[in-house]
Amino acid sequence: MVREITLDNIEHLAIGSAFLGTGGGGDPYLGSLLCREAIAQYGPVPIVRPEDLKDEDNVFVAAAMGAPTVMIEKLFSIEDQHRAVEVLERFLGRTATAIISAEIGGCNSMMPVAYAAMRGLPIVDADGMGRAFPALQMTSFNIEGVACAPMTIADEHGNSVLYQTVTGLKAEELARPVAAVMGASVCMSCYPMTGAQARRAAVPLTLSGAIGIGEAIARSGDPRPPLDRLIDALRAHAYYSDAAVVFRGKITSLERDTTRGWVFGSCTISAMGAEAAPGAIPGMAEVRFQNENLVVHVNGELRGIVPDLVTIVDAETAHAIPTERLAYGQRVAVVACSAPPILTTPHALAVVGPRCFGLDEDYVPVRDLIGNCA
Amino acid sequence: MRIGVDVGGTNTDAVLLSGRNVLGAVKRPTSKDVSSGISEAITALISECAITPDAIDAVMIGTTHFTNAFIQRRELVPVFAIRIGFPAGRGIPPFTAWPDDLKAVVRGGSAMVRGGFEFDGREISPLDEAAILAAVEEARAAGIGQIAVSCIFSQLNPAHETRAAELIARHAPGMEVSLSSDVGRVGLLERENAAIMNASLRPLAATITSAFRRALTELGITAPFYISQNDGTLMSADHMQRYPVLTFAAGPTNSLRGAAWLTGASDAIVVDIGGTTSDVGVLVARFPRQSTVHVDVGGVRTNFRMPDILSIGLGGGSLVRETADGVTVGPDSVGFRLRSEGLIFGGETLTTSDIAVASGQAAFGDPARVAHLPPALVAEARGAIDRLIDDAIDRMKTAPGDIPMILVGGGSVLVSATPQGVSDMMRPEHAGVANAIGAAIGQVSGEIDRIYNAPDAASREAALADARAQATGQAIAAGASAETVEIVNIEAVPLQYLPGGATRVVCRAVGDLALAEVR
Repeated sequence: MVREITLDNIEHLAIGSAFLGTGGGGDPYLGSLLCREAIAQYGPVPIVRPEDLKDEDNVFVAAAMGAPTVMIEKLFSIEDQHRAVEVLERFLGRTATAIISAEIGGCNSMMPVAYAAMRGLPIVDADGMGRAFPALQMTSFNIEGVACAPMTIADEHGNSVLYQTVTGLKAEELARPVAAVMGASVCMSCYPMTGAQARRAAVPLTLSGAIGIGEAIARSGDPRPPLDRLIDALRAHAYYSDAAVVFRGKITSLERDTTRGWVFGSCTISAMGAEAAPGAIPGMAEVRFQNENLVVHVNGELRGIVPDLVTIVDAETAHAIPTERLAYGQRVAVVACSAPPILTTPHALAVVGPRCFGLDEDYVPVRDLIGNCA
Repeated sequence: MRIGVDVGGTNTDAVLLSGRNVLGAVKRPTSKDVSSGISEAITALISECAITPDAIDAVMIGTTHFTNAFIQRRELVPVFAIRIGFPAGRGIPPFTAWPDDLKAVVRGGSAMVRGGFEFDGREISPLDEAAILAAVEEARAAGIGQIAVSCIFSQLNPAHETRAAELIARHAPGMEVSLSSDVGRVGLLERENAAIMNASLRPLAATITSAFRRALTELGITAPFYISQNDGTLMSADHMQRYPVLTFAAGPTNSLRGAAWLTGASDAIVVDIGGTTSDVGVLVARFPRQSTVHVDVGGVRTNFRMPDILSIGLGGGSLVRETADGVTVGPDSVGFRLRSEGLIFGGETLTTSDIAVASGQAAFGDPARVAHLPPALVAEARGAIDRLIDDAIDRMKTAPGDIPMILVGGGSVLVSATPQGVSDMMRPEHAGVANAIGAAIGQVSGEIDRIYNAPDAASREAALADARAQATGQAIAAGASAETVEIVNIEAVPLQYLPGGATRVVCRAVGDLALAEVR
């Protein structure tokens, strides 16, 4: 088991978190640069397992909020992240003893690591989603009764705002416009927790999981195909383990609509003709997404649905392809795997289930769907 | 009449065009100093076509010299980078993630100063002019003559970058300045990298420009000369001295543009088969489809416009092997040694050219030397070649349905039957010099990539109109004759997670160079 985050496994974390981003979550590239600089300056970041947190530990979230197009212009700074956490620490009269990610999928896997390096604090091997979701209230923290507020957001000038909202949804509604006024690329801290709360409400083993997945995809000198290595890494994990390639083929149609602030759309993948691998599934698959991939049907049959993870990966390299990079003609595989159990209870499905994304279908665990997939 | 020249790694090609006619074409080996190879090619062309130098209206040159210089870290100079936008972005300073060997040559220092813009046009901070001057002093004290200026959201508003350029010009007149808004797109790090790359190449650009000018003068050519940009249009010699980075990847672009010009096709797949690789690109409205992903050049991440090209390991010198799993083709190649190592040239290596000759679809070398090849082997190898092409074409298509295809390049004899998914396969005359023809087409462009605030339909229309006007103005400023300018591409994409209708608009206008000759 990986014990610390070093310059050697940052890249693995970036690749693995892109997979767990299920098509969304933002590009981890900029965050990985920040992590490199921070680890080079402050040294490796120790990883603490949730079960090793003490009841009285103070666990603070570090995260970025904003628009991806703005983030690639304004970049990030650890100092701004520090301000968000510092203001929250002062308000609560507690000092962080560990840092945690709210969202392991995509770019928000990275800032917490860089920030933990700067603070000389451990990072918890856990997060609030075990994947990526588009809104603040869609976390296991919220599902398990940890309050999103008090919450802080901070810009690069030294301005910060403290929210005392009643619900996670209200925090999302109030923070998003203020973040835009602040320049649409801000740092935040929310869901402040004790060690006892984090043990109960966080999704465990996701940081080490992301690193393991990334390592499996990137491993050089292994003669097995990257896709097989990816599936093995998922099956070896505590709960991404119901994992399968549900379809392979070529993207033959793509619809994307960004007019409502999200990327809505769907992607059709068709089985390849003569060159198709032996045992391949004929026909076609359809993946629907709203920033993240939500659901995959193969020949009309459900094969994976949110909160279970559906990721489209490059058929050769097994690297995840974000929704904005999907293109006609790409050779891809659709991988479905089980979500953390904390996200699939009836209570959780009211927050992150299919209907929260406007899907007219019920959640069916991927283990009941994948049957005899390759 | 105009001359198009393509300076490739191996050959320098030159063509003479008059209106829509190709009057002559020559190939000469590329020389180490570039300009003497150009002189030789043009001299040969002039004598072959029996014209006098004063009949030439313009010379258009495409060269890979700057790309290669950057990749090989040759003749680069140190650059001081000024980034405007502090305190935003300070966590990831300029030169972050540059390869160490390149940093050792190019990094001359950096400063992050206050200023820059938000996505909606507000200032992040007022521009800190004193900090700019301090940075210039620091650069000057270090003996650095090149400054690259980047600014957060300079695509939205270049005012702080242009003001910095003014200040630098006034206080350090000898200092050369490269602005990120002139060379890159949305994405600060990548745009800043492009500006730094550009600055590091400027002294070389000055050297090359004067060498070209001298070479042409010595030939008695007094006509202006132009350089190919990577979007398939031309820039003046003066512009090239300031923006050498805009020549990156002009080679494949010219090949695609040449294919369009030779066939009259507007939308098609172009397959350019060389000795070692095949480049597959797509023409959309006579211009190459551009890559939407980040492009690494010499280990540096950039985002400037590049043609979307798929290179596969299939060329006229690709090795053909019999293995337990069947016959394989490439990706390795004997390359330029084909003429000594290929079977048909008396060598010992079975190549794709040997297969083409053995199957009777090409006639060069000595066919007797491949007469012994078993027909089954030849058929299987041909099948493997066809599959590589079919697959590459399919990967580059953006929609189902058949599409026309243009075949160019010296290795085009490898293709016999029309590939799958292709409605009509064209092999234009002069396809071997498509690059040089692409250089000589004689169009110039203007492009903008900006973010507008467009919350409603009326402001959206106004934004699009502004984008059209700006792109058109830039094309005319670049030398287009106004009545020929047309908008070839305009797209508006609303930004995610933002209220208020922030919309990114990309618009490109293209027109004919204002030479009577071109029209």
